Amino acid sequence: MYRDEAVPEFLLDVKLEAPPGITIVFGPSGAGKSTVLDCIAGLTQPDSGAIAIGGTVLLDSEKKVNLRPQRRQIAYVFQNLALFPHMTVERNVAYGLPDAAAHAKADRIAEILQMFHVEALRGRKPHEISGGEKQRVALARSLVTLPRALLLDEPLTGLDAELKGSIINDLRAWNSAHKIPILYVTHSREEVDALGERMIALEHGKIVSEGTPREVLEAPRRRRLAQAAGFENLLNGTVMDLREPDGVMRVRLAEAGCEIEVPLGHAAPGDRIIVAIRAGDILLASEVPKGLSARNVLEGKIASMERRGALVVARVDCGAVFSVHVTPGAVRALELAVEKKVWLVLKTHSCHFVED
Amino acid sequence: MNVEALVLSARLAVCVSAILFVIGLPLAYWLAYSRWRWKFVLEAVVALPLVLPPTVLGFYMLLAMGPRGVLGKVWHAAFGHGLAFTFAGLVIASALYSLPFAVQPLIASFETIDRKLLDASAVLGAGRLRTFFRVILPLSIPGIITALVLSFAHTLGEFGVVLMVGGNLAGVTRTVSIDIYDRAQSLDYAGAGQTALLLLVISFAVLSAVYGINRRMGRRALMPWAAQ
Repeated sequence: MYRDEAVPEFLLDVKLEAPPGITIVFGPSGAGKSTVLDCIAGLTQPDSGAIAIGGTVLLDSEKKVNLRPQRRQIAYVFQNLALFPHMTVERNVAYGLPDAAAHAKADRIAEILQMFHVEALRGRKPHEISGGEKQRVALARSLVTLPRALLLDEPLTGLDAELKGSIINDLRAWNSAHKIPILYVTHSREEVDALGERMIALEHGKIVSEGTPREVLEAPRRRRLAQAAGFENLLNGTVMDLREPDGVMRVRLAEAGCEIEVPLGHAAPGDRIIVAIRAGDILLASEVPKGLSARNVLEGKIASMERRGALVVARVDCGAVFSVHVTPGAVRALELAVEKKVWLVLKTHSCHFVED
Repeated sequence: MNVEALVLSARLAVCVSAILFVIGLPLAYWLAYSRWRWKFVLEAVVALPLVLPPTVLGFYMLLAMGPRGVLGKVWHAAFGHGLAFTFAGLVIASALYSLPFAVQPLIASFETIDRKLLDASAVLGAGRLRTFFRVILPLSIPGIITALVLSFAHTLGEFGVVLMVGGNLAGVTRTVSIDIYDRAQSLDYAGAGQTALLLLVISFAVLSAVYGINRRMGRRALMPWAAQ
């Protein structure tokens, strides 16, 4: 548990285990992601708590153990990378190896520079290289010390997807040999998809969900996380009844005044819940649909339409207003226009149950 | 022109700059990074010579260095003679008087360094000393130059403190500014004018150099008080 002096009401209450490999720490800004990393690195002192890695205790407030950051052997790549601006790439990378013998040191530096494809830049200073190159150098500088764990605080912000992918591949290649736990903080969906493996969702200083990225993102348990994960439609509802043999429950949507079927969740009749639906998971029909497997069909009227790049966002009023993504081609084929009567089709398994 | 006075002033300024460099670095480091809640008291003490009339500072220094003052007694016990009206006494008093001119540019310089660089240094295993010499110091070169140059120039031109503590002993404590005063008093305007012009030129050259260096290093002039 951690209490920040500057933000007295901020409480971090987190218990997590990170196996070797990448664990994504995901959540909105202000959730405490960076604070978790700072505590692990020893840059901030929690009021109480315990941190250990591979049998070495880094912090144990009860036993009054608190290793200084210098002695923790944990690598940390900050969001701004913090390369030393007055040193060349090579001297930046050598910084963490002051005691190593000269030839061994040179070998290790050469090896890591090559691993991250920056050996050609060894004589350059940070302001003379590109953003992606800086990120590679920052990783090389951290990993050349053979740390016991790696902390990454949104290190790849501002890079295009291709460059991100190639840097992540280099990181994976390095870690396939060294097998250390890597905590990767991000609030970008794109990076989550590229990193895979394990994920922890953090909100208001607490872990709200953990598992594979798919599990965490597809079954959001909190409204804000749902928004972060791209659920455009969040609807208040009341559980009416549970149909366990069918694996569904019927939920009455408050604003819409209609009932829909939602996959069974931990809820009882009468519970107030939130149903999260992606705008891209909703089908739109210009006539009453027939012969469908989908159980949820809602009648409504188009309230507005807005073109966003290659898609059109239609706002459909069914009592509650739904955001629906359709293609410009579909708009033409169905002659969609404001005020036109339409039907929304929701697959049961596209309706996600969120605890309020 | 009184070459003896000029040489004495230059010697004094070099000694004071050297002492302030050694004292100023750790003091500025502490003032820039400490989280002690009463730190502001020490900040005020360091800045005091900026607002205190030099004669007031000189008066207290004279008391301290006198035969019954703490400093005077300690010095006498160690070296067998008093401190007032000696070159050593002048160096100590001048160092105190020029302290803010050395410390403030250093603090300003240390404070502009990205704290993440210091964190990065720590997680890479470097202790405080290594971080100081490998990261903080190289990134503070403009501030260090400013501190050295300002201490030197400020000491070169001081008058009140020198007169109170050092008196006016030729070759021992008669600095250029006192020489100018002496000559003006005895109506030797030509002699006073030559030395005064020389001091003006040196001061201007020194300040131009400081602003020039700070500009080339891409930073604002590291003299926060100069803006006021």
